[in-house]
Amino acid sequence: MGETMAVIEVCNISKTFPGVKALDSISLKLNKGEVLALVGENGAGKSTFTKILSGLYQTDPGSGDIKLDGKVTHFQNSMDAKKSGIITIFQELSLVPFLSVAENIFLGNLPRSPLGLIDWKTLNARAAGILKDLELDIRPEVLVGSLSISKQQMVEIARALSQGAKVIIFDEPTSSLTEIEKDILFKNILRLKKKGVAIMYISHKMDEVFEITDRIEVLRDGKNRGALVTRDTKLEEIIQLMIGRVIDDYFHKNEAEKGEEALRVQGLSKESLFSDITFSVRSGEVVGLYGLVGAGRSEVAETIFGARKSDAGQIFIEGKEVQIRNTREAVHAGMGFIPEDRKEQGLILGMSCIENTSIAKLSQISSYGFLHKDQEQAIFDEYKNKLSIATPSPLQKVMKLSGGNQQKIVLAKWLCMNPKILILDEPTRGIDVGSKAEIHKLIAKLAESGIAVVVISSEMPEIMGVSDRIITMKEGTITGEFTGSDITEQNLINAIALTGQAVEA
Amino acid sequence: MIIQMKNVLKRQPIWAIFLGMFLLSSLFVPGFFSSGNFLNILVQTAVDGMLALGMTYLMINGYFDLSVGTVMGLSAALTIGMQKYGLFPAIMSAALAGAAIGLVNGFFVAKVKINAFIVTLGSFIGVRGLVYIYTKEDALIGEIMELGIFGSDSFLGLPVLFVVMIVAMGIASFGLRMTPHGRYTYAVGGNMEAAENAGIPVDRTIMINFTICGLTAALGGILLAARLNAATPALGWPDKNLMIIATVVLGGTSLTGGSGSIVRTLGGLFTIGMLYNILNLMNVQSYYNTLIMGLVLIMVVYADSHIKKRNLKTA
Repeated sequence: MGETMAVIEVCNISKTFPGVKALDSISLKLNKGEVLALVGENGAGKSTFTKILSGLYQTDPGSGDIKLDGKVTHFQNSMDAKKSGIITIFQELSLVPFLSVAENIFLGNLPRSPLGLIDWKTLNARAAGILKDLELDIRPEVLVGSLSISKQQMVEIARALSQGAKVIIFDEPTSSLTEIEKDILFKNILRLKKKGVAIMYISHKMDEVFEITDRIEVLRDGKNRGALVTRDTKLEEIIQLMIGRVIDDYFHKNEAEKGEEALRVQGLSKESLFSDITFSVRSGEVVGLYGLVGAGRSEVAETIFGARKSDAGQIFIEGKEVQIRNTREAVHAGMGFIPEDRKEQGLILGMSCIENTSIAKLSQISSYGFLHKDQEQAIFDEYKNKLSIATPSPLQKVMKLSGGNQQKIVLAKWLCMNPKILILDEPTRGIDVGSKAEIHKLIAKLAESGIAVVVISSEMPEIMGVSDRIITMKEGTITGEFTGSDITEQNLINAIALTGQAVEA
Repeated sequence: MIIQMKNVLKRQPIWAIFLGMFLLSSLFVPGFFSSGNFLNILVQTAVDGMLALGMTYLMINGYFDLSVGTVMGLSAALTIGMQKYGLFPAIMSAALAGAAIGLVNGFFVAKVKINAFIVTLGSFIGVRGLVYIYTKEDALIGEIMELGIFGSDSFLGLPVLFVVMIVAMGIASFGLRMTPHGRYTYAVGGNMEAAENAGIPVDRTIMINFTICGLTAALGGILLAARLNAATPALGWPDKNLMIIATVVLGGTSLTGGSGSIVRTLGGLFTIGMLYNILNLMNVQSYYNTLIMGLVLIMVVYADSHIKKRNLKTA
């Protein structure tokens, strides 16, 4: 056994949420003193998996076990996981800003004097010991809130060590760090590794994965897609596993005649998010905006729709420049937006199907300030049929619908406005396969009816299947544009992954 | 019919509680079951009902207003004090003052993005200052007899003030269900980001609801002035605001916004009014009244969240 003994061994665990299987028989091993990368696109199941290991979720009953040091364990809650030595450092740090570094490190386990008061001397001395061990230049007495994010993260690591961590899970640890701070973090990860701590490293940033990890586990749609040894692996291999390669035949290519230019975006920029975004969409056309998470796709979409402010750039609708300062002006100009997170950004979960459908159209279906309920009902009935929305009643609260039907309600909300332009951000995330196909069909139909459609997706099969034209983005800039036979897996991967110059199609 | 009743009571447990309390009190509390006593309860609820009405709009919208008590006091003082210019100008000035304070509250919350607790706490205290400045710390006595007569009049055997409140509630309930603004109120309170993404005028909705809340607080003050035919500087101070919020919550409108209704608030209002009445009839000392009120509030809200959880599980 010795060096290669698995600290954690996960065998065939699954996790089902209503309507979605988030994890489907996941297995993996994490050894003492190694850094394992867990990669996958959003929705692949990384965060569900992390939450199971940190005791926040329980696996489906009877689905498989988690072995810790060879023994089967069940974590009832996050305390259990912590006690067993599995510590997760989340993107959002969990420190108390108005307490000192030492207090934070030992929170919940503060040394006491015989009188039951806090023994400050011992506390600070112990904290200083741990900080020194990590070669951190932080005084135990200072308030955590006065430290930089990077140093706060170090304090979290120190706390993990003080709690006797055997496994530390890092969830996107560098998302708010500078390059130098990242180097400090990596030095500390190597130090943890030498101490024999097993580390799981979750990141979207591939260069980091190559820099710090020993092995890579790829997830997609809640399944294991490959276990790789980092130094023998090429970037393209990982990306292919992450995004899938099968082009399913359930896609319905849009056969619509392309019309005039409906939307043109010129030089749209926002500091540190995206720069000089220029593209146009004709009516009847589906344009895919493709890139890895963090490439700035959603931010561009939200800016076009007026939900975010831009620093520079112009937007033209049907050839005329328009000023879009907020979402109302975007709706007025004929746009509709289907956001990435249906439940948080798209629906009012406590309201009914009919109310969510008509919400953007109320001013049009009322006179003298009163709603015409008959018109509202008619609109709902029309789109319930057109989109085959399955709900027992128009008054059903949307929170009780399946993901696919919820997304159809969001679609219905915009379709009844007769939009000229529709932007869909990850339209099939968290939706089961059957409903996905239906949504894809609908997208094609929308284009056929003359709407200019922009689809954002991280799923390569999806984007290749629905788009007439694909624009690729990386780190906030457009890196390529592909049509017809140039839309190939290899071209797209090159354009979203490779560093350096924009790829010529 | 019976099934319908059952469903209503399931969705609005406050009315079930009200009915239960009503039956028990009718059987066991001497002096409770009489038309004189019922009219007494109704007249007591008129002013609070007016305040609770606007608060319901605002709370469905996801906010609350701590200034309603002192706004009521100010408008009562204006209704009495401005009578030298005539009854109509007096009432108008009272109503406008309330609406204006509400609008200012709404502006600071929606546009300047200051926390509603802070904004309305500020106006709660500030308006109290206005009341004292305006009244010079003295009680004001009404000069126009018609107002006092109106305040103690009855219509179809019901106290006029209560009828005014019920009509206002009817209009408010209709408005909440039948106008775009009502729908926007639920939407903004339910999920502000989604409402924004649907192109709903979010800021305007918030400002309108703060204005409604200020206006109804002022209307409550006008009714109060009519009932007393006088105004004292301390009206509505210190805890009227919290009692109104408690009434709305007791009715079953969510503190976090997105759900609730006028009918529920009416249930909360009657329940609290009846509880006070029972305690009075039973000669319970008034300090115990408040204690019991606090306990009842916590119990009902606990029961409500328990029921909601159970409903979610069975759904």
